[in-house]
Amino acid sequence: MLDNLSLLWQAPIIGVDLLLQGLFIGAIFALVAYGLALVWGVMNVKNLAQGDMVILGGYIAYQATLWGLHPIVALPAAIVLMFGLGWGIYVLIIRRVVDRDMFTSLLATFGLSLLIQQVLNLIYGPEVKVAESGFGSMEIGSFIIIQNVRLYSLLLAGVLAAAIIVFMKRSRMGQAIRATAQDARAARVLGVNTDHVYAFTYALNASICGAAGVLVAMIWVIQPYYGIVYSIRAFIIVTAAGLGNLPGVIIAGFGLGMWENVSGFVFGAEFAVAAVVLMLVFVLMYRLAQSYRVRQVVR
Amino acid sequence: MFVSRKSVRVLTSAVAGIAALGMASAATAKVDGDTIILGAAISLTGKYATNGIHAQKGYEFAVKKINDTGGVQVGGKSYKLKVQYYDDESTPARGAQLAERLINQDGIKYMLGPYSSGLTKAIAPVTEKYKIPMVEAEGASRSLFTQGYRYMFAVLSTSEQYLASSIALAGEVAEQKGMKASDVKIAMAFENDPFSLDVRAGVVDDAKKLGMKIVIDDKLPRDLSDMTSTLTKVKALKPDLLVVSGHSKGAATAARQIQELKIDTPMIAMTHCEAADVVGKFGADASEGLLCPTQWAETLSYSDPLMGTAAEYDAAFKKAYPEYTTVPYQTAQATAAVMVWADAFGRAKSTDTEDLRDALASTDMKTFYGGIKFSEAGNNIAKPMVLRQIQDGEYNVVAPSKWASSELRYPRQPKN
Repeated sequence: MLDNLSLLWQAPIIGVDLLLQGLFIGAIFALVAYGLALVWGVMNVKNLAQGDMVILGGYIAYQATLWGLHPIVALPAAIVLMFGLGWGIYVLIIRRVVDRDMFTSLLATFGLSLLIQQVLNLIYGPEVKVAESGFGSMEIGSFIIIQNVRLYSLLLAGVLAAAIIVFMKRSRMGQAIRATAQDARAARVLGVNTDHVYAFTYALNASICGAAGVLVAMIWVIQPYYGIVYSIRAFIIVTAAGLGNLPGVIIAGFGLGMWENVSGFVFGAEFAVAAVVLMLVFVLMYRLAQSYRVRQVVR
Repeated sequence: MFVSRKSVRVLTSAVAGIAALGMASAATAKVDGDTIILGAAISLTGKYATNGIHAQKGYEFAVKKINDTGGVQVGGKSYKLKVQYYDDESTPARGAQLAERLINQDGIKYMLGPYSSGLTKAIAPVTEKYKIPMVEAEGASRSLFTQGYRYMFAVLSTSEQYLASSIALAGEVAEQKGMKASDVKIAMAFENDPFSLDVRAGVVDDAKKLGMKIVIDDKLPRDLSDMTSTLTKVKALKPDLLVVSGHSKGAATAARQIQELKIDTPMIAMTHCEAADVVGKFGADASEGLLCPTQWAETLSYSDPLMGTAAEYDAAFKKAYPEYTTVPYQTAQATAAVMVWADAFGRAKSTDTEDLRDALASTDMKTFYGGIKFSEAGNNIAKPMVLRQIQDGEYNVVAPSKWASSELRYPRQPKN
């Protein structure tokens, strides 16, 4: 560990490289976590199938390469297809559990996660797959090399996030979603079709996951059982940022990516995830301490 | 309803009696007329299905070939071979259950191994318990051979040998360049799972013997497939040899990110190149010069009377299964396992499991797959791992030099 720290000290450029790489990784995690926070906040459903939906999106990109298309073509296709699929899943499964207690929805989405894994395994087999973008890399200075695909992913993730934020603020549907998140009953009284809102929210989340999945397949590797990686990180990010704090989710996503990468370098790759979870514990302790302070104030 | 204690006792003993009868009748089923039945639980579905099916085809090919050439001679009588399979669904608990079922219900007395070290680890305690000999071909983990198992024999090289040959090769190259082997700097990236850590142990042992310096020793987490922080270190420290092991995921991730980050380490060795299909995924240019260990290659000069040379086996297998364009080593070693059984039956001149165990233990044969001779622990000590280098998209054997079909290309020159 000390060797690595001294290496960082001698060549700070390595640190810049690590933070940049972390930023790229974080963008994808932030996107996935954003969708999770949306569903969690609006419907109070903790979607354990989040990561599996990401992997499903990845396989859409892989399928595109099988047809000889560039995987980036799969991005709009994944958004549309996953939206439809999300809507279907809502109508078939989620609608029936949305008003039940937490464990029912956890079980239902866990089952969904298993189902997606097994279907993907049946269709594509258990081997790891990639969707090769062929974008190459560019060198900045003598040390930093950036994979172009990661840079484009960061930009695409940014564009998608911005589009979602504008949509939530400006559009009729976005307002209805926010109203439902605040108080579903009141929204219903005021004429919002909450069932429709729920369906739309779940479908939107599936779209976001699908888009993230296409980027994942181009940057990393996909396999039917790798969804859990993205589920866990999304849960960590949302827990750290707090529900209903969408800008917080994005910041926490970037923070997680960078911290994971830097700690992987300093402590060794085997401790990267541990470092992330430890950070989560500190964040939660800090928030708890803060909330005590708030409670002590006499209002 | 009132049931007296006596009637319960009668009932229990009756049930036990029926069970005992069932066992007795099952016990004669291991040799059925003129057929010897071997048993195997193998992954036909689930995450190991691809390789499980490769292994099953290897078993089937050997059985057919042996039966076509007169079967197995046991004490002057000729028997046919047959294998009874169950699908273990790639889960160890199911594998252990099915081994019990093969032995207890189907009366199998001779076992073939499953696919993967994990499944073999689950099944070996069962076969040991019933003193049923098992010849396994797909479990390489070192930990399988430290348990003192008496009835398990493995035809393949164990996992700590996988990348050790690359250390020796790096030492040789250093000496050719006028340096000392102890000048070699090694970077290691291994996944944090039992198999990869075994591979790592072999590398560390051999590096220590040659006095090489390990400058990076990263254990990659099982879940995320990103190596950038490790490769950043590689860029900064410029080692002479980079070794990577992390199943197909590790190989695919490494091959891709080594290219993306333009890592210029002169020698890079990794396991699972073929399984991850790095040439197919990233092209011949990106994977140029990678060193990949293999249990077996069709270009090796091994041979035996039944299968002929390695190349003849390769051709015959492809003819029998036209869907294969290359024959995976998982298939070749499965075939070798059946040949070991046939050889043991011939020498034991008996179908008794204890006689057969002793015959297996004294196996010393040459096959198309390599020499087979078991240590006390049951692993094969007569066959080395070979190292192949990806050269213009082809896998060519470059080490050990005795079997090398091509020159090592050093330093590796990928065309980015």
